[in-house]
Amino acid sequence: MPFGQGRSGGGGRGKKKTDKKAGDKEKGQRRPMFRRRKVCKFCADKIDDINYKDVKLLGPFVPERGKILPRRISGTCAMHQRKLQVAIKRARQIALVPYVTD
Amino acid sequence: MSDRQYELVYILPPDTTDQQVTDLHGQVEQVVARMNGQIEKNENWGRRRMAYEIGHHKEGVYILDVINGSGELMKELDRRLKVMDQVIRHMVVRVDEEKRVVDRTRTKRQTESERRRVKRGLPPQRQPGEGRSTDADDDNDDRFDGMEA
Repeated sequence: MPFGQGRSGGGGRGKKKTDKKAGDKEKGQRRPMFRRRKVCKFCADKIDDINYKDVKLLGPFVPERGKILPRRISGTCAMHQRKLQVAIKRARQIALVPYVTD
Repeated sequence: MSDRQYELVYILPPDTTDQQVTDLHGQVEQVVARMNGQIEKNENWGRRRMAYEIGHHKEGVYILDVINGSGELMKELDRRLKVMDQVIRHMVVRVDEEKRVVDRTRTKRQTESERRRVKRGLPPQRQPGEGRSTDADDDNDDRFDGMEA
């Protein structure tokens, strides 16, 4: 999406309603930016133990490239990200999770 | 001092026979026994694909030992495993402290929820069919942003 097309979230509140009345379809695909609320997976699912042996658990946090998924994307809380990081690094040592993949 | 618990994971080449695996495990057992440790659990994960090649091996036989013992014991084990050339990778992790923390948080959460439930006049344990079902479909899951694989 080029710049200027998207409406900034805060200011667009009042406008959005009028837009809806005018009909969004006429103006093309210009839906308001909607971001889902991110919640720490480990807090939500009450996972206390982030274990390095649990590849299924770690998998979603190690994307294709092999890097650890940052908090700003996964929404993990600070405490759990820290534990996750340790677990992933341990799993890397015993080749359960890649260091890098090209 | 030997209330410590360690996990030892080691990887053997994919072409190792069961006999070799038991032999090697016997060696580990010997060292553990000699230094007043005990093996709490022994797991063989079997052959699995490794995330990257180690010494031109793409697969490996994973073996996990949970050992109660002292730091000196693990140091000795570590040294020996380093020397053995049939072990392509090994790792020692101390687990007792983390385990304790996990147990504590789990029991704390349990007692907290029971206390709250009793306060609300409910039985302390969750009844079947109560509240939201846990395996709700992903369609109305608004917490994740497509990061699930």
